[in-house]
Amino acid sequence: MDNKPLNNKAWFFVLPVFFLVAISAIIPLMTVVNYSFQDTFGNNQFFWAGTEWYEEVLSSSRFHDALVRNLIFSGIILAIEIPLGIAIALSMPRKGIWVPVCLILMALPLLIPWNVVGTIWQVFGRADIGLLGRTLSELGFDYNYATNWLDAWITIIVMDVWHWTSLVVLLCYSGLVAIPEAYYQAARIDGASKWKVFRYIQLPKMQRVLLIAVLLRFMDSFMIYTEPFVLTGGGPGNSTTFLSIDLVKMAIGQFDLGPAAAMSIIYFLIILLMSWVFYTLMTNFGVDAPEKEVD
Amino acid sequence: MAQITLDKLAHSYMANPKNDNDFALKQIDYVWEDGGAYALLGPSGCGKTTLLNIISGLLVPSKGHIRFDTTDVTEMSPEQRNIAQVFQFPVIYDTMTVEENLAFPLVNRGVDKAEIRMRVGDMLETLELTDKASRRARGLTADEKQKISLGRGLVRYDVNAILFDEPLTVIDPHMKWQLRTKLKELHEQFGHTMIYVTHDQTEALTFADKVVVMYEGEVVQIGTPEELFDEPAHTFVGYFIGSPGMNILPGSVDGHQIRLADHGFKVDKHYDALAGLTEIGIRPEFIRVTDAAGAAGKGVPMQVSSVENIGRHQIVRGKINGYSVDAVVDEDARIPAEAYAVIDTSRLTVYQDSHLVRASR
Repeated sequence: MDNKPLNNKAWFFVLPVFFLVAISAIIPLMTVVNYSFQDTFGNNQFFWAGTEWYEEVLSSSRFHDALVRNLIFSGIILAIEIPLGIAIALSMPRKGIWVPVCLILMALPLLIPWNVVGTIWQVFGRADIGLLGRTLSELGFDYNYATNWLDAWITIIVMDVWHWTSLVVLLCYSGLVAIPEAYYQAARIDGASKWKVFRYIQLPKMQRVLLIAVLLRFMDSFMIYTEPFVLTGGGPGNSTTFLSIDLVKMAIGQFDLGPAAAMSIIYFLIILLMSWVFYTLMTNFGVDAPEKEVD
Repeated sequence: MAQITLDKLAHSYMANPKNDNDFALKQIDYVWEDGGAYALLGPSGCGKTTLLNIISGLLVPSKGHIRFDTTDVTEMSPEQRNIAQVFQFPVIYDTMTVEENLAFPLVNRGVDKAEIRMRVGDMLETLELTDKASRRARGLTADEKQKISLGRGLVRYDVNAILFDEPLTVIDPHMKWQLRTKLKELHEQFGHTMIYVTHDQTEALTFADKVVVMYEGEVVQIGTPEELFDEPAHTFVGYFIGSPGMNILPGSVDGHQIRLADHGFKVDKHYDALAGLTEIGIRPEFIRVTDAAGAAGKGVPMQVSSVENIGRHQIVRGKINGYSVDAVVDEDARIPAEAYAVIDTSRLTVYQDSHLVRASR
């Protein structure tokens, strides 16, 4: 190993990727970083502002409220979509002609763009012309997402569950079909109950895909923008103003580039931190502490 | 513990089997004696695993019945049959410790806690896994995992039978030998009926008191290792058992005369003339290769094409009148340039349409 010939030509292979990533991610990100530490009064003149914007954002109640809304929203989304996704995946057929039918039905919501989903539900839920809204009000429910914050939340959550549970289902299903038949046979021989089969075979075997599902769903729901934007634009009041909506308001509405840039960086770091926490928790679950996993 | 009776058993994976070829397992009638060590031997795809899964209850046969002693268990689940089965690839519960893995089948059956601790402790010792008892099963080596799989079957003292489906396929050769010895020991200790599926003849012959040879969904011979060697009931058994397998040559019989490879031999036994395809079998071990003087007029000329040294023996491959013949000779035997094959005529076996024909007197 030690006398491996050293050849720096390999760097040339990395170069194109480095170049692309630089243009698409690092340089734009650096622009944001730049803005977040500077102030401007126009004319392309910038002044060093230090950590002022960061302090302002971190101490503003507007940011706190939006962050809490985001955390609650992501919590609810994960709490609904992950168990629901697992349950649907478990009840899907493993073989036969219904497999492709189920898979296509499951994949359909994923093919619809975010803003279309928002528009569909916006119209669907309207009390005057929407099928759902009209039906609910005919049944005597006072449902109106434009004026009632709870109705708005419920609508966005239902929208997201409808749109994204399929992703969890498909991931879990792929984990389930990869379990060799022998495991189920052995469980039958060992006299394991259905619950034990789930707890000791299916769930551990789904661990890896579940990790991906949780990460994707967390990141995506934490960055939710289009649905509340299309539905109520963050209202009623500020009840559905999530970080992303607030950020856009601040950056494009008020043109407060400094605070908006600082908020972007904080937002990004929060997502990174939370993803790391999920990843660490879930990969270490079921592994002995002193001995590292071998396979 | 129970005697297992297969009564006119047959299985097809098709919904409406039309003829014999649609059956993965053709009709079989057999009684597995209580406490016997059996090997089910056959090439891949011959129906071994199908038969095993029917006995364990993972599969319901399309035809016939299975009885444990006098109880008909054909429709019963594996739990109800109280059977243990070990699969080809190790099945372990990743998130449980080694100990919990072994206790799992007992816990599921509501066995008393103190009893579980005692049995699991014993089993850990038997499997030499005591020092790993409280670590998680994930990340163990393949043979440790397979030991746990074996242990989960063996920890249940009261099972009716333990079935093994090629359990040592994934194990290193030296561990294979160890585990096989262990299985034999456990068999002697507990006296469970054991049925061991394999395609490895060495495994089958060393493990079992009785070997059941299967070929294309049919049981072609059931017998002790000696019987399989000396009198294969089917040309397939001849090929399959022994290394190299039996020489099967076209020939004919008439009275005390046997013709093979266009040479005539006089034998003590008497055979009636046969219709259909007649073949004569002779084990390579019963052919001596020598020179003209050594043959003393009893040999037939053999063109030797190759000699392989396999340790204590040499395999001589060659042709007699154009028919390929193998012979096994001692390692120090000299193979002459002008070789003669001396055939032990008392060891010739006669086959009609692949099935053994016994001498009429």
